[in-house]
Amino acid sequence: MAKITFDGIEVEVEDGTSILNAARKIGGKIVPPAMCYYKPLAGSGGKCRVCLVKVTQGSAKDPRPMPKLVASCVTPVQDGMVVENTLSPQVLEARKGVVEMLLINHPLDCPVCDQAGECDLQNLSYEHGTSGTRYEEERRTFDKVDIGPLIQLHMTRCILCYRCVYTADQITDKRVHGILGRGDAAEIGTYIENVIDNDFSGNVIDVCPVGALTDKTFRFKNRVWFTKPVDAHRDCPKCSGKVVLWNRGSDVLRVTARKNEYGEVVEFICNECRFDKKEVSDWIIDGPRHIARASVISANHYELPVVNPQIIADLPESTTKELNLLPRPF
Amino acid sequence: MESPTTQNEVQFSEAAMAEIRRYISHYPAERKKSAILPVLHIAQAEFGGWVSPQVQEKVAEILDIQPIEVFEVASFYTMFNLKPVGKHVLEVCRTGPCMLRGADGLIEHLENRLGCHVGKTSPDGLFTLKTVECLAACGMGPMLQIREKYYENLDPQKMDQLLNDLSKA
Amino acid sequence: MGLKILTEHINVPGIDTLETYRKLGGYRSVEKALKTMTPDEVVEEVKKSGLRGRGGAGFPTGLKWSFLAKPEGKPRYLVCNADESEPGTFKDRVLMEKIPHALIEGMITSSYALGARTSYIYIRGELMFVLRILEKAIAECYAAGLLGENILGSGYSLDLHVHPGGGAYICGEETALLESLEGKRGNPRNKPPFPAVWGLYGCPTVVNNVESIATVPWIVNNTGEEYAKIGVGRSTGTKLISAGGHINNPGVYEIELGLPVEEFLFSDEYCGGIWKGRKFKAIVAGGSSVPILPGELFLKTAEGTPRLMTYESLSEGGFVSGTMLGSGGFIVMDDTTCIVRNTWNFSRFYHHESCGQCSPCREGTGWMEKILHRLEHGHGHMHDIDLLVNVSKQIEGNTICPLGDAAAWPVASAVRHFRDEFEWHVKHPEKATAAGAVYSGAEDLAFA
Ligand SMILES: Cc1cc2nc3c(=O)[nH]c(=O)nc-3n(C[C@H](O)[C@H](O)[C@H](O)COP(=O)(O)O)c2cc1C
Ligand code: SF4
Ligand code: SF4
Ligand code: FES
Ligand code: FES
Repeated sequence: MAKITFDGIEVEVEDGTSILNAARKIGGKIVPPAMCYYKPLAGSGGKCRVCLVKVTQGSAKDPRPMPKLVASCVTPVQDGMVVENTLSPQVLEARKGVVEMLLINHPLDCPVCDQAGECDLQNLSYEHGTSGTRYEEERRTFDKVDIGPLIQLHMTRCILCYRCVYTADQITDKRVHGILGRGDAAEIGTYIENVIDNDFSGNVIDVCPVGALTDKTFRFKNRVWFTKPVDAHRDCPKCSGKVVLWNRGSDVLRVTARKNEYGEVVEFICNECRFDKKEVSDWIIDGPRHIARASVISANHYELPVVNPQIIADLPESTTKELNLLPRPF
Repeated sequence: MESPTTQNEVQFSEAAMAEIRRYISHYPAERKKSAILPVLHIAQAEFGGWVSPQVQEKVAEILDIQPIEVFEVASFYTMFNLKPVGKHVLEVCRTGPCMLRGADGLIEHLENRLGCHVGKTSPDGLFTLKTVECLAACGMGPMLQIREKYYENLDPQKMDQLLNDLSKA
Repeated sequence: MGLKILTEHINVPGIDTLETYRKLGGYRSVEKALKTMTPDEVVEEVKKSGLRGRGGAGFPTGLKWSFLAKPEGKPRYLVCNADESEPGTFKDRVLMEKIPHALIEGMITSSYALGARTSYIYIRGELMFVLRILEKAIAECYAAGLLGENILGSGYSLDLHVHPGGGAYICGEETALLESLEGKRGNPRNKPPFPAVWGLYGCPTVVNNVESIATVPWIVNNTGEEYAKIGVGRSTGTKLISAGGHINNPGVYEIELGLPVEEFLFSDEYCGGIWKGRKFKAIVAGGSSVPILPGELFLKTAEGTPRLMTYESLSEGGFVSGTMLGSGGFIVMDDTTCIVRNTWNFSRFYHHESCGQCSPCREGTGWMEKILHRLEHGHGHMHDIDLLVNVSKQIEGNTICPLGDAAAWPVASAVRHFRDEFEWHVKHPEKATAAGAVYSGAEDLAFA
């Protein structure tokens, strides 16, 4: 066991635990955000850098501070370690910088994005971003592509967290998509047009922190906050059958896996549950789903620090009104 | 969708297969994937200076891995041409130290001589002009690489001579 | 003439053959180490030598070796980093090309010290012609019983293989190199764990630069103590310097650490001064990743002390007025050099070479390149200059691997030392973009 102090709070965890998971054990506002780390996926983490923290004391044995900020999701604790997150202005400043980087090539088309309201990047920029952008250059864009009849890839929104790749590697039996190219030209793709076709392939949608991989069967695409999530289950031979139904009235618009407060899937579900069971009668309802997370959707407001003004301008007035999203000067 | 490949189109020569087996033997038996870069080099030399999707699928088959694993790797490393190329690929170093010694001028000269921009193939199909980053020949710049050979301390005259020789070859 | 440890015989005809190399004393260290020393004794000598990694970071080699974990039942690996891709650096290539056996001898002796049974030389794929030279030399060694089973009857066995890369600067970073050797994309790993514990195939691994490894035989033959006598302070031994840019005699030079930089730059024995009779404007002294310095700050520190070719002397003044020895790639610039253009060129390099794994580097390198491109091509604004520095700060220190820092430092230091030249580009776009036009001093700004 190792005892560490995180933002002034002591916590004891197993040896080898990451700083992030130690912070999650404490819970609440001090937990660093995570855009790429995903507990159910081995090897994930370390890439997005939004979880950076400051280690002011390395361990009881070697109390020297670490020279650089470290990614809390992949840095193991040491007994006697002292870590600062929300207490460190340096961390908050660096995180703001990382969020800006994540956004410079992001389309900021939230008003028309399926993921809006449950997007980790949207939440992140709301909590940690600055308003306005200093990026004057043209943003990288890609065409939307269908990866088979069930999943759509909108690469323009991707933040290259690699979660969908790890999911395909670890949950399905044959990975056909991956990261092609490198640097800021890297993209998710299948290279040769290929269909992601596998009993569990739909899980890539749930792990995607942004709206880059979306469910093509999501009916009457809708703002997520107009749908009512309920927990439901069915007897499924392939998976646990425990899901969340996103309903509007008596229509099942979409089925997803259940996620914990950090947005991580609790149990991966099969494609039959996700894509084929779109009648309420297919399911036994357990009760309303509580979105535990402090997200845009749970806070029930929708005000982004940064939204591409052009996209809002292009929306029909009815939508901007409904969303309370009138164009603002930037 | 059907894979566009007919696997039997891609056939390595016996000499190339022997070289591939030699490389595979360098790594632990369960780590065949380690040989991917050497095998891609061999494949590129074998099949006209580029690695088509079919060739990459063949490499996957030889190494017992999924095709996407080869696509991911081949598209990461800049030496592999993913599109057809001319008979000779000229890879000119464009990085600082070579630029200081005149690389910009060499590149411009080549564009004019070949009648094509960087990244393209000359109309006669003989030369593909590529720029690359530092090739560890900085003191001998400007320079370029053609296949396995470096040509260093170049100037327009030497370059023209080289192009003439290659055109005849 | 300084002492030559690595390059004494570089111009001897036939030095690339085993016969000639051995005739001139080659492979003595293998005999000595394998037959008369324990592996730990070899490590001890290297520790005593004070040899510091020649790949750029300057980490003490013996210390690195002593960190190697030795769990039961797991092989250990030595991997030589011959990826040499740092702009300005071409010493490893020249050494391997001319004296392949120098590296191979070092690999055998070092592998013995570390208990490796299989070792790899990871060479950048573009150097295929050097790979073939090395493979020929390795074949000679197998035939002579210097590699393979029971080397020279000592009971120690070693297999040595050369592995080509595929064109990616990032594979010079040691964990990216290991990923690449495993057949993957060259994405650097998160550390810890370090390669000494979790390296190639999850086994304890040491990664060392060509020059570091090639130096080990001399240390074994002559003792670490003797090696430590060469050089100054913590900068012991000799170092290969790749000299390029605007000098009269570009090439690779072996110098004793401690040589005055002025002598190195201006004496005919080495660089021979600035070419075409021009003036010395600036230098990037340790490969493209280190901070650029104006000529006068390079020759003398801010306090006026003449600098020496040592790790410590070049870094005196820190980021404010110093630089680093790095990989020893000298990029010399005369007074016709446009610093903005050069900085843009470097930043294009890092943008091109970022693996794209972590967001500050993936997005930030591209952003910096675009801003610099704008400035260089006469479309920049004054606020771009501060934005540039700010973006570099957002990358620096926040990334998985040091490529992020390597991309940030050249930009930040160029603005620090040559701000007026950046401003000139904003104020006089028509002059700055005219062919061959170069900012020549403060008077240019006076007419703004
Ligand atoms: C982006 C990057 C590129 C590098 N390129 C090289 C290289 O080409 N050759 C090299 O020896 N070391 C390179 N290094 C340093 C290696 O990571 C490592 O420190 C070195 O190989 C260790 O060997 P040494 O201790 O003998 O210097 C690079 C590091 C980084 C971050
Ligand atoms: S598509 Fe989504 S899950 Fe996949 S890498 Fe991009 S952001 Fe991550
Ligand atoms: S710093 Fe750059 S090169 Fe290094 S891991 Fe991150 S993206 Fe890749
Ligand atoms: S969550 Fe830690 S780096 Fe992405
Ligand atoms: S810069 Fe051209 S070879 Fe190094």
